[in-house]
Amino acid sequence: MRTPFIVRLGRSFDARSWQMVGLFAAFALVAVPVMHLLLPPENPLYLSTYFITLTGKILCYAIVAVAMDLIWGYGGILSLGHGLFFALGGYAFGMYLMRQIGRDGSYQSDLPDFMVFLDWKELPWFWVGSDSFLWVALLVLVVPALIAFVFGYFAFRSRIRGVYFSIITQALTYAAMLLFFRNETGFGGNNGFTDFKRILGFSITAPETRVVLFGLSALALIGTLLLARYLVTSKFGRVLTAIRDAESRVMFIGYNPLWYKLFVWTLSAMLCAVAGALYVPQVGIINPSEMSVANSIEIAIWVAVGGRGTLLGPVIGAFIVNLAKSWFTVSFPEYWLFFLGTLFIVATLYLPQGVVGLWVRLRAGRRREEATPGVVAKGVEA
Amino acid sequence: MNAVDLLLPESEDNPDWDSGTAELGHILQPGHLDLSHKVILYLEDITVSFDGFRALNKLSLTIDAGELRCIIGPNGAGKTTMMDVITGKTRPDEGTVFFGQTIDLTRLSEPEIAHAGIGRKFQKPTIFENHTVFENLELAMKTDKRVWRSLFAVLDSAAGDRIAETLQLIRLDGQANRLAGLLSHGQKQWLEIGMLLMQEPKLLLLDEPVAGMTDEETERTGELFISLAGRHSLVVVEHDMAFVKQLGGKVTVLHEGSLLAEGTLEEVQADARVIEVYLGR
Repeated sequence: MRTPFIVRLGRSFDARSWQMVGLFAAFALVAVPVMHLLLPPENPLYLSTYFITLTGKILCYAIVAVAMDLIWGYGGILSLGHGLFFALGGYAFGMYLMRQIGRDGSYQSDLPDFMVFLDWKELPWFWVGSDSFLWVALLVLVVPALIAFVFGYFAFRSRIRGVYFSIITQALTYAAMLLFFRNETGFGGNNGFTDFKRILGFSITAPETRVVLFGLSALALIGTLLLARYLVTSKFGRVLTAIRDAESRVMFIGYNPLWYKLFVWTLSAMLCAVAGALYVPQVGIINPSEMSVANSIEIAIWVAVGGRGTLLGPVIGAFIVNLAKSWFTVSFPEYWLFFLGTLFIVATLYLPQGVVGLWVRLRAGRRREEATPGVVAKGVEA
Repeated sequence: MNAVDLLLPESEDNPDWDSGTAELGHILQPGHLDLSHKVILYLEDITVSFDGFRALNKLSLTIDAGELRCIIGPNGAGKTTMMDVITGKTRPDEGTVFFGQTIDLTRLSEPEIAHAGIGRKFQKPTIFENHTVFENLELAMKTDKRVWRSLFAVLDSAAGDRIAETLQLIRLDGQANRLAGLLSHGQKQWLEIGMLLMQEPKLLLLDEPVAGMTDEETERTGELFISLAGRHSLVVVEHDMAFVKQLGGKVTVLHEGSLLAEGTLEEVQADARVIEVYLGR
């Protein structure tokens, strides 16, 4: 008898992890709405709009971090251009949000404001259907996947690896950024998309909408973690880490690394795109700076700080770095980049397994002190 | 039945090599290993140059089905390059490589060659150090190795049994859940040989399989190889003459990318050119 897939998916998490997931879901889907919508602002437990927006944003970043961990931590593929897929997902969903503005823009036209400004008379062909939520949801998934697939196919087929691959991904996102900066490209030039009014007819700034978007981001993060956990504990995941460690051995036992890398690479890009699509309505803006090289490097830093190859670590890393960022950019904006650089160096030199690795080491050390001597440490099971 | 017989069941597509006569007009099946001429591997006039240096120079060599062949030669004779050519890692500049009568190896990629039935052990033990011993064998096991299969693969009990048998054969049965990176050098060599056996290859290429092994381990390895011959074809590249002697098969001497001598160990050791290459200059 074969175990149904859904059951095997469920078994990816052990009982304790499911408890944690349950607690997190209860917080995001019940506690947050209650504390934001029902409590009066004077109440000490009241959650501000600032909190919801900031945390919702970081939840999206956390999805990106897990997607990055899949390719970097498990596949050994360091992408320094993953911001591209995040931004593409954001832009695709942004098209829908722009159409939802309807005639409420400054020019009261059916066309988005920037098109009126450019004196365009009708929608370009790639905007056709962008008023349909379902069509745009499809675009969010398919366009980044297609770009990732084609790019990945040629890069992996040519056996481009390591730092060469990283540099090419940087060039890719940089080229895309320059393309999106142009007004003629049809995505609002350097201003990008902003001034959104509605989503599915609901006001985008309404507290209820914010709470729903926050909850969806939390669910997307849980889904991403579950999927990633299933993948890395499946035979696919074992082949993937084998490719990371000894690619030629993998080939000589009959696996073609091309398709393994391409699958995880494309999936990772799609996860980033979903995160981007959830991010844009919460932040209210998408512009080409999301495709800047620095943004993509920052993603790698979240993962390195949290702990590569641990899945949960990158989530923690995304929270640590971004909470620090929002504090620094208010208190000492000029020092943020120095801090970020230092953090990366420290993590690389002293925390090869990131925060999670540090925690595991500390706990193992404490356990060894408590236990009788001679206990053999088992392999780290992330 | 000994352990090896259990491990390597006679499969239907494996023709009986002893009775194999070339029939007239048999049907060619693409991808099927055709051993009708009792030869499993043909290398013909293989030349490989790296920046003007000829690693292989018009090398021709045939390996019979079921044979246990040793390849010796001084450093730089082209032994490893020859294995690279057979396994698809290096494309020859000239010459042809055929697996059986019909499979042109110069047109296949490394994974395709592995699927065709050629397994390779590297000079330096190459195993997956961050995987357990069990997982190393699981990954090597002959099965559908496409992405989709791996995504939903479940280890059935037959596969588990096969892994357990191999573990016993390579004497790592107590270490199944140990990380492979923690094994001793000799154990790593054995694990790699075990991985090779899990692939159920028809031709095994073994590059210095006993390097770094103790004398006892070396002897056991020799016994294993001898027991595999007949059912499998083996090509062993080795420097250890005592080991070559133990294996007892035909010996090929390579020198400067070409075949220098071929015969029994005694014959080649008596060959004046071989003595000159090894001792002269």
